[in-house]
Amino acid sequence: MNVAPFIQTRRLGKVSVGTVTLAHGGGGKAMKDLIDDVFVAAFDNQTLAPLEDQARFDLAELAAHGDRLAFTTDSFVVDPLFFPGGDIGKLAVCGTVNDLAVGGAKPLYLSCAVIVEEGTSVDLLRQVARSMAATAGNAGVRIVTGDTKVVQRGACDKLFITTTGIGVIPRGLALGVDTAQPGDAVLVNGLLGDHGGAILCARGDMALDSLIESDCACLHGLIEVLLTAAPGVRFLRDATRGGLATVLNEIADASQVAIEIEEAATPIREEVKAFCEILGLDPLYLANEGKIVVIAPPDQADAALAAMRAHPLGERSALVGRVSQGEAGRVTMRTVFGGRRIVDMLVGEQLPRIC
Amino acid sequence: MKYLDEFRDGQKASVLVKEIESLVATMTIPLERPIYIMEVCGGHTHSIFRYGLEGMLPKQIELIHGPGCPVCVLPMGRVDDCLAIAANPNVILTTFGDAMRVPGSKKSLLQAKAEGADVRMVYSPMDALELARKYSDREVVFFGLGFETTMPSTALTILQAETEGVRNFSVFCNHITIVPTIKAILDSPGLQLDGFLGPGHVSMVIGTAPYEFIANFYKKPMVVAGFEPLDILQSIWMVLKQIHEGRAEIENQYARVVPDRGNAPALQAVSRVYELREFFEWRGLGSIDHSGVKLREEYVHFDAEQKFAIPNLKVADPKSCQCGEVLKGVIKPWQCKVFGSACTPETPVGALMVSSEGACAAYYQYGGVKRYKEAV
Repeated sequence: MNVAPFIQTRRLGKVSVGTVTLAHGGGGKAMKDLIDDVFVAAFDNQTLAPLEDQARFDLAELAAHGDRLAFTTDSFVVDPLFFPGGDIGKLAVCGTVNDLAVGGAKPLYLSCAVIVEEGTSVDLLRQVARSMAATAGNAGVRIVTGDTKVVQRGACDKLFITTTGIGVIPRGLALGVDTAQPGDAVLVNGLLGDHGGAILCARGDMALDSLIESDCACLHGLIEVLLTAAPGVRFLRDATRGGLATVLNEIADASQVAIEIEEAATPIREEVKAFCEILGLDPLYLANEGKIVVIAPPDQADAALAAMRAHPLGERSALVGRVSQGEAGRVTMRTVFGGRRIVDMLVGEQLPRIC
Repeated sequence: MKYLDEFRDGQKASVLVKEIESLVATMTIPLERPIYIMEVCGGHTHSIFRYGLEGMLPKQIELIHGPGCPVCVLPMGRVDDCLAIAANPNVILTTFGDAMRVPGSKKSLLQAKAEGADVRMVYSPMDALELARKYSDREVVFFGLGFETTMPSTALTILQAETEGVRNFSVFCNHITIVPTIKAILDSPGLQLDGFLGPGHVSMVIGTAPYEFIANFYKKPMVVAGFEPLDILQSIWMVLKQIHEGRAEIENQYARVVPDRGNAPALQAVSRVYELREFFEWRGLGSIDHSGVKLREEYVHFDAEQKFAIPNLKVADPKSCQCGEVLKGVIKPWQCKVFGSACTPETPVGALMVSSEGACAAYYQYGGVKRYKEAV
C-alpha cells in the first residue's frame, strides 16, 4: 500500500507496554502510539495515514461505480475472540462487506471503531488488526477511518468492534425483500450452521472436540458472478444470526408469500447435525457468516445455481425450496420423513434442552 | 448420520403409515370421537411436531400430549424459591439451558441473570461440581430437575461430592417421578384415553415393570417408545394393534436402549440419595402424592433447601390457564382461552407454553396459531 510519503513525514508511534490501560484512551501520546502501532501500521493506506478526523472521497470516482451509495453498519461482539475459521477482526470486515454486497453494492470503504477493555493485551489487538487488514486486502476494500476507546475492566468483554461500510450500487440493479413471487427458487451457497456450531464448540463448555470451522467469508465476489449469470435475481440476504429460518420468514413476510423448503435438500454438515442432536438445537436457526439466501426467478434458477457452484465459496450451493402461493408470511418445511412442519421465527435465544 | 438417518427414512415411514391406515380401517371406532393416544414424554411431543407426524396419521387417531416435560410442570413457587437462592450474592446458580426461561411469579432465571445474579448454564451436574471445586469461596447450587432420566446424574454428582468432601456444593432438588402422575391422570374424571406411548429415556433407567399397573388395573395398552419418528410411528401402530386385538399390555418398542429391568447402577444411586416426598406440586396438575423426591437425611448437607432460606410459598396457576385440561386431553391447546393471545412462548401464562417440549409451545412454534384458531 502506498504509505511511504506519510511515513517519511511522520514517524509512527510505538507501544512499549504489554497491556492496554486507561491511559491509552486518554487522548494523549499513549493513545496516539496505540493507534499508530496497532491500527495505522496494519491498515496503512493513503486515506488513513494523514490521521484527519474523517476520510475524504472523490465523488466522481465513487459515481464511476454506479448511481447509488450503499451505507451500512454493524457491531461485533464474540466470545471467544479467536475461533476455528476466524476471529473478531475477520468477522467485522466480512460482516459489513456482506451487508453491502447483498444489496448488490460493490464494497469500497470501511471504518473501524474499537472499544477495548483495559488489561487487554496489545499483541491481541495487533493480531486482530492484522486479521482485519488481511481480510480487507483480500476483499479489495480499504479501512479508511476509525476510533479507539478504552473502558474500565468489566465495562466490556475484551474487545468490541464496529465497522461501517460504504459501497456503490451499479445502475439498473434493484434487489428487494418484497419482490419474491410464487414459483421463485430459494438457493443457498453451501453448508448451513457452521459458524454457530464453531462458536458454541469453541466456548469449550461443551467439552466436545469438533472440527467445525466458522464459514466466515466475504461474499461479494460470489455475488458478483451470481448477478452476472442471473441478472433477474430478486433478492439476496446473508443468513447471519437466526440462520436460514429467520431470513426466510423475513422474505415471506415482506413479500406476502409462502415459502416451502425441503429438509432433504438443505445442506448441513454431519458434524453440525450431530452437535445439534446432542444439544437439542435446530440447525436452521444457527448463525452463518458466509452464507447467502438467494431468491431467483424460475427461469434463472439453474443459471444462478451453476454460477454459484462454480465459485469457491459456493461449491455446495443448493436449491432448498420454492416460493409458493400458500398462506402469506408462512414458511414450511417438508421433513425428510415426509411430514410437514412450520418453520417460525425464533422467539428468544435457542437454549439446549434438558434431555 | 449413522444410527439416526435409519430411523428417519421417509420410505419406511410411508409403509408404516399405510399399515396404520389399513389397521384403522379394520377397527370399529365410535363416530363421536377418535382414538386418543397420549405420548407421556415431552421428547416425543417435540419429535411429533418436528417431523410433522400428526399430519401423516389418519384422522381417526389423535395424539394427546402428556405431562412429561419437566420444565413445563415446574410450579412457579419452586422457581421463586430458586430465584431466592440465586439472589444470594455468594451463590453461583447452575442449571440446564431450557430451565433458564421458566417463569416464576415475577421473573425467570434468565431475567435474574440479566439483573446481576450469577446464573450459569451447564450441560451436566458434574460441570456444576467442577465449578464448586474451582470457586471454593463461593456456594455453587445446582438447580436439579427432570424425571428419572436426569435423576441418576444428579445423584452420582452428590455421591462424588461426598467422596471428595466438597462442601460448597448443593442441589435444589426438583426431580419428579412419572409413574404417580400417570396414575393421577388415569384417575381423573372424564378421562378419554385409549392408550399410551411410554417415556423412552425414563424407562431406560426404571425399566418397564413400573408401568404394569396401567395394563393390569386400568386395562390400557402402553408401548415404551423411542424418539425418532419411525420409533413413534411403529409404537402408535403397536398401541393400535393392542386395541384392535383387545389386549392391554406393556410393550417395549425401544428395546435397543431400554432394558426391561432398567439400569441397576443408576437405580442404586437414585435410591441411595433420594427419598420420596409426601407430595409435590405440578404446574397445571396440582399436588400429586409421592410424585417428587428429596435428598435423604445422610445427604442433607447437599440440600439447598436446608442450606438457604427459601420463601417456600405456593403460587397458584393463573385462573385463565387451562393446562390441566390440555394435559388430560379434555381440550386441545388451541381451544384454551389464552392460547396465542395472553399466553405465548415469550410470555407464557401456563406450563405447556414454557419449553419447546410443551404441547402448547410446540403447537405455537410448529403449528402456527392462526391455523388452529381458524379451525375451531
